[in-house]
Amino acid sequence: MGLPPYATIPQRIWYYAFRVICALIFIFLITPILVIIPLSFNAQDFFTYTPGMLRLDPDAYSLKHYQDFFSNNEWQRSLKNSLIIAPIATIISVSLGTLAAIGLSQSHVPFKGTIMAILISPMIVPLIISATGMFFFYSDLGNFMENTLGMGKNFVGYVKVVLAHAVLGIPFVIITVTATLVGFDRSLTRAAANMGADPVTTFFRIQMPLILPGVISGGLFAFITSFDEVVVVLFVGSAGQKTLPWQMFTGLREQISPTILAVATILVVVSIALLTVVELLRRRSERLRGMSPT
Amino acid sequence: MSALTENSTDNGVMMAADGTPLKRSLARALRRQKLRALMLIAPLLIFVLLTFIFPIGSMLFRSVENDIVANTLPETVAVLGRWDASKGELPDEEVYAAFVRDMVVAVEAKQHTRLGTRLNYESTGMSSMFRQSGRKMKKIDPETDGPFKEKLIDIHKGWGDIETWKTLQTHSGLYTSGYFLNAVDAQKTHEGFAWQPEEKQILLKLFWRTLVMSMVITGSCIALGYPIAWLLANVSARNANLLLILVLLPFWTSLLVRTSAWKVMLQQNGVINEVLVWIGLVPDAERLILINNQFGTIVAMTHILLPFMILPMYSVMQTIQPSYLRAAKSLGATNWTAFWRVYFPQSVPGIGAGSILVFILSIGYYITPEIVGGTKGVFISNRIAYHISSSLNWGLAAALGTILLIVVLALYWAYDRIVGIDNVKLG
Repeated sequence: MGLPPYATIPQRIWYYAFRVICALIFIFLITPILVIIPLSFNAQDFFTYTPGMLRLDPDAYSLKHYQDFFSNNEWQRSLKNSLIIAPIATIISVSLGTLAAIGLSQSHVPFKGTIMAILISPMIVPLIISATGMFFFYSDLGNFMENTLGMGKNFVGYVKVVLAHAVLGIPFVIITVTATLVGFDRSLTRAAANMGADPVTTFFRIQMPLILPGVISGGLFAFITSFDEVVVVLFVGSAGQKTLPWQMFTGLREQISPTILAVATILVVVSIALLTVVELLRRRSERLRGMSPT
Repeated sequence: MSALTENSTDNGVMMAADGTPLKRSLARALRRQKLRALMLIAPLLIFVLLTFIFPIGSMLFRSVENDIVANTLPETVAVLGRWDASKGELPDEEVYAAFVRDMVVAVEAKQHTRLGTRLNYESTGMSSMFRQSGRKMKKIDPETDGPFKEKLIDIHKGWGDIETWKTLQTHSGLYTSGYFLNAVDAQKTHEGFAWQPEEKQILLKLFWRTLVMSMVITGSCIALGYPIAWLLANVSARNANLLLILVLLPFWTSLLVRTSAWKVMLQQNGVINEVLVWIGLVPDAERLILINNQFGTIVAMTHILLPFMILPMYSVMQTIQPSYLRAAKSLGATNWTAFWRVYFPQSVPGIGAGSILVFILSIGYYITPEIVGGTKGVFISNRIAYHISSSLNWGLAAALGTILLIVVLALYWAYDRIVGIDNVKLG
């Protein structure tokens, strides 16, 4: 890279033109996300910039959409639902997924390819098809649980959505954890066994701390999958399980209020935080495996 | 110990410490190891099979399942099977009597409206015919009030139409190809197969539009992603990490946030139109229509899927040696020749991986087209959602889903052949 001193004029022009093109593409990538942040402080109930906002008039800005988000029952209920569903789904996919990933990384696994394909399939099948299949399945299962087992309607609704989201998160856990296990030094577990540790102790004291970064980033992926998911919850859940993305989706379709933009801004801040965590974990994991100098 | 040595020399078989042949002992250890691995995988595998693979399978089954006619009208179906429609005559009294007996039971169980809805997909008007006949059927006693042929035709003249009975006969099987034919704008008829009337032919067009728009989106992702991936692979590692954040931030941002952002950008009073008016490129009265059409869907989805193109391209380009380019240039190649003949061919796997990923993702997209696509910019998935939640024609929804699934699995198979599933990288 860098422009050599002997470059001809067309080469110079192309060098700078290319940089301008790349800058424009980066602007295309980032602008939509940045544009909504000031708009969420709009004092008016519009989806657009008012003349006052462009003049940077302090009166044109306000926190009222944030107030609305934190005081409106609909939004608060949907936030609560998201915060119930996503963590439980994540715990299910991480615990089952980690175990299976450890199993898959052993040297002799029969039908490894088929098993892997089945476990990854929730990521490959388009969401609309998963949602259609689950819609039929979970309405039957829900009827069975309500009528035969006599469970509460609301509880059954949560169970359905949590199970559906757990399945969607599993491929991400499998992929990240198996990737971490590739660099795992097997002689460490043998050494532990040699010194008298039983398999459970070996797992929790030796293997788990070393693969933890992979497990956590898999868990974050599973969490964000559930937290950001609309299609399946729209099909499987009922009004009692309305999640935050669902509420945003209805809001966008009917264009009710710029509160959506306040929520969007909060979510952008959350995703920046998550991105930072994943990046730090990735670096830590590489350092632990001695793949990059500290 | 001496016995062991003697033993192994006698038969020429190696022995383990416990006296079993080494071969068997090893095989047992291997079997145990396999079993332990499977035990670890089993809970998840069962969970996924039960709550994912099985539901998808039952969706496939639902797209051919058609037991409602035979279950609701068992006697009629049995008798009607002997009727020969090609003679052009109405069925006998026997069929009408069986039909009345079946209908009285069905009306009692309130099943006749469901059957009417089912048959309405095949021939419009059936639904209201079943509803109206059902109401009047309550007054008829199947034991004493015969003969029924005239009575039924009095109740609704549709029962005197030979086409009604043909439809019933055609769709009396337990399994049907009807939904799949509907999904490609055709219809299962008594003679076998016919195209839908012109004005009802929308699904093939929608499949075609989904494919074309996905290709356009993939193409624009390649055009925008290639320069960025090249830049990332050719600047210093520190700068690459900084620029990578600009790619990963949209990747990590909620899909709905990005979709709402595009709604804000593209509206009539949106950011893009305001800026264009302010610069003076577009007069205030003639603001561009950027949303609720195909343009809106393409722009928003290109933005949303671009990181999925850049990341695989970047990981491939990282492995291309810069010295090859220098070598080509020192041998006299111009910049363009060096790029086109040396660099580009090596980056093709990255383009292939990214393209298939973006294409698979985009043909199944639902949320973004629903919000920014209006009526002209929607995909086949929006139609599936419509049939699930509004028209309640679940068989057709399942058939459309099955076709889409087959296309995606074929593409996925290609992806596995070209890239290998183990090379899927996240972030």
